Amino acid sequence: MKNNLVLLNYLNKNLQKYISYIELDSEGSKTDNTLKIFVLPKNITFVSKFLKNHSNLQFKQLMDLTAIDYPNKLNRFELMYNFLSITKNNRLILKSFVKSNRSVSSLSSLYNSSIWLEREIWDLFGIFFNHHPDLRRILTDYGFDGFPLRKDFPLTGYVEVRYDDEKKRVLQEPLEVSQEFRVFDFLSPWEKK
Amino acid sequence: MNSNLDLNSNVSSLSDLSNFSTNNKFEKNELTFKNIKNFTLNFGPQHPAAHGVLRLVLELDGEIVERADPHIGLLHRGTEKLIEYKNYTQALPYFDRLDYVSMMAQEHGYSLAVEQLLSVNVPLRAKYIRVLFLEITRILNHLMAVTTHALDVGALTPFLWGFEEREKLMEFYERVSGARMHAAYIRPGGVNYDIPKGLLEDISKFIVQFNDRIDEIEELLTENRIWKQRLVDIGTVSYKDALNWGFSGVMLRGSGISWDLRKNKPYEIYDKINFSVPIGKNGDCYDRYLIRVEEMRQSLSIMQDCINNIPNGFVKVDDKKISPPSRASMKHHMESLIHHFKIYSQGYAVPKSETYSVVEAPKGEFGVYLVSDGSSKPYRCRIKAPGFLHLQGLDFMSKNHMIADVVTIIGTLDIVFGEVDR
Repeated sequence: MKNNLVLLNYLNKNLQKYISYIELDSEGSKTDNTLKIFVLPKNITFVSKFLKNHSNLQFKQLMDLTAIDYPNKLNRFELMYNFLSITKNNRLILKSFVKSNRSVSSLSSLYNSSIWLEREIWDLFGIFFNHHPDLRRILTDYGFDGFPLRKDFPLTGYVEVRYDDEKKRVLQEPLEVSQEFRVFDFLSPWEKK
Repeated sequence: MNSNLDLNSNVSSLSDLSNFSTNNKFEKNELTFKNIKNFTLNFGPQHPAAHGVLRLVLELDGEIVERADPHIGLLHRGTEKLIEYKNYTQALPYFDRLDYVSMMAQEHGYSLAVEQLLSVNVPLRAKYIRVLFLEITRILNHLMAVTTHALDVGALTPFLWGFEEREKLMEFYERVSGARMHAAYIRPGGVNYDIPKGLLEDISKFIVQFNDRIDEIEELLTENRIWKQRLVDIGTVSYKDALNWGFSGVMLRGSGISWDLRKNKPYEIYDKINFSVPIGKNGDCYDRYLIRVEEMRQSLSIMQDCINNIPNGFVKVDDKKISPPSRASMKHHMESLIHHFKIYSQGYAVPKSETYSVVEAPKGEFGVYLVSDGSSKPYRCRIKAPGFLHLQGLDFMSKNHMIADVVTIIGTLDIVFGEVDR
């Protein structure tokens, strides 16, 4: 905790021009309260390079990179980068808000682990990464259309796949379910919210 | 026709031609240099050594691998999207099925994340039971990893012996939770049931005989000339590479980096238990094999520690809004009935916040990034599986190795496709 406060002040002082907002969750329970930095998408590469190479920080590992979809907001996707410093025993979360149809610069020149992580985000969310060495689909099927983890993509999808014996190949056809997907609303009218 | 010159062979590089003897019809100045593409081989999705569904497209120069391109996603079940439509309790069994050889480690990662969001403290007895079963899970995983690795390389016996031990461990899983594999035992708020009578004695008996079982398996493999020739200096990962490619767990420790979340960022009661963490020197497959075997032995000592020191007490958190009451009290008391109903129909609402919780799963660092919007369903649950980043490293690890070494490297990466594809 104290470690993170020191880190917060240090980053605030040195990266003031690049960081939009810093947050250290002081409540929440026992274990690590990770420091969160919010930056603009154009500053991601610079801040990551600083975090990686600076001798006091040494965040040499990019452990996780993911996106969260908030369709109501203007900046729809929230990218979350999770850095780990083994020598300093510390974690840091870097967040950035990206509009849909906007692209972000790739971190693949800095961290090799971001290659597949960015491929996964492109495949599932549709956020394009510039200067990525190999941006193609990784988890979805070969001819898949659409970005599944977006909130406007339905859980059951749009197509179903079956093997046709006459044509001797797998066909993609529009979805037919016998029972529509039921979403239960559990909050009773007497409860707040 | 000169017997050295076989015109029908698949000449994959021009250097082969120059090795043929010169008293044949070909003259050297007739040779033209063409652009030769590498031979692409599909190490297909259905392959006994591919550890699940891995479609590996290998570009070969003769037998040497130039590039390995893993195509994953053949076991993609849409876990993260499905979790967004379920309660926190209903989402728990998804985690069992991610890394389906070490089940409770994933449940634990998820339970820690939910408990952090709820800000609850799990009782001490539950922590001891969790650590006991997490170490059982570690042994389950390493038995599977080492013996299937040996099976792929060619040693058939450790597989059979290791799986008999796994059966004994799965019997403990079944006695405590009802299911041999997907236990859904470690839940947010503690543990589902208390351990039955006699289980701790049986686990102690298992511990006493398991050291000899590991010795038997080691006797076949560790000093074996063939095993060493297949594993030493294969798939070497340097310190810098391991950090850059996001490795964690045994892959990191094999390269000499001393990083174990149980020691560096202790959770549950790992700070109270005395155990050591083996670190490798060379970063090759042999070191990682030795680390896994030694970790199994260390797990035994942790388990014995837990059994000796386990306190009495509750196994679930007191808050009845989170942990369901027992069936007896549900049938006799009105309040318990209402709590039971609310928990199993609506589920508990988790305050609006987010957390990234990591555990030292047997394969590496398993992380769960849970975003809650205040309702009883997670808004986004991101599962960071160690195998995903490890499989990415297959390309650089298998450069300039031969096809048979690719099999060894896949085995040492300890890949399970449930967690890679989710």
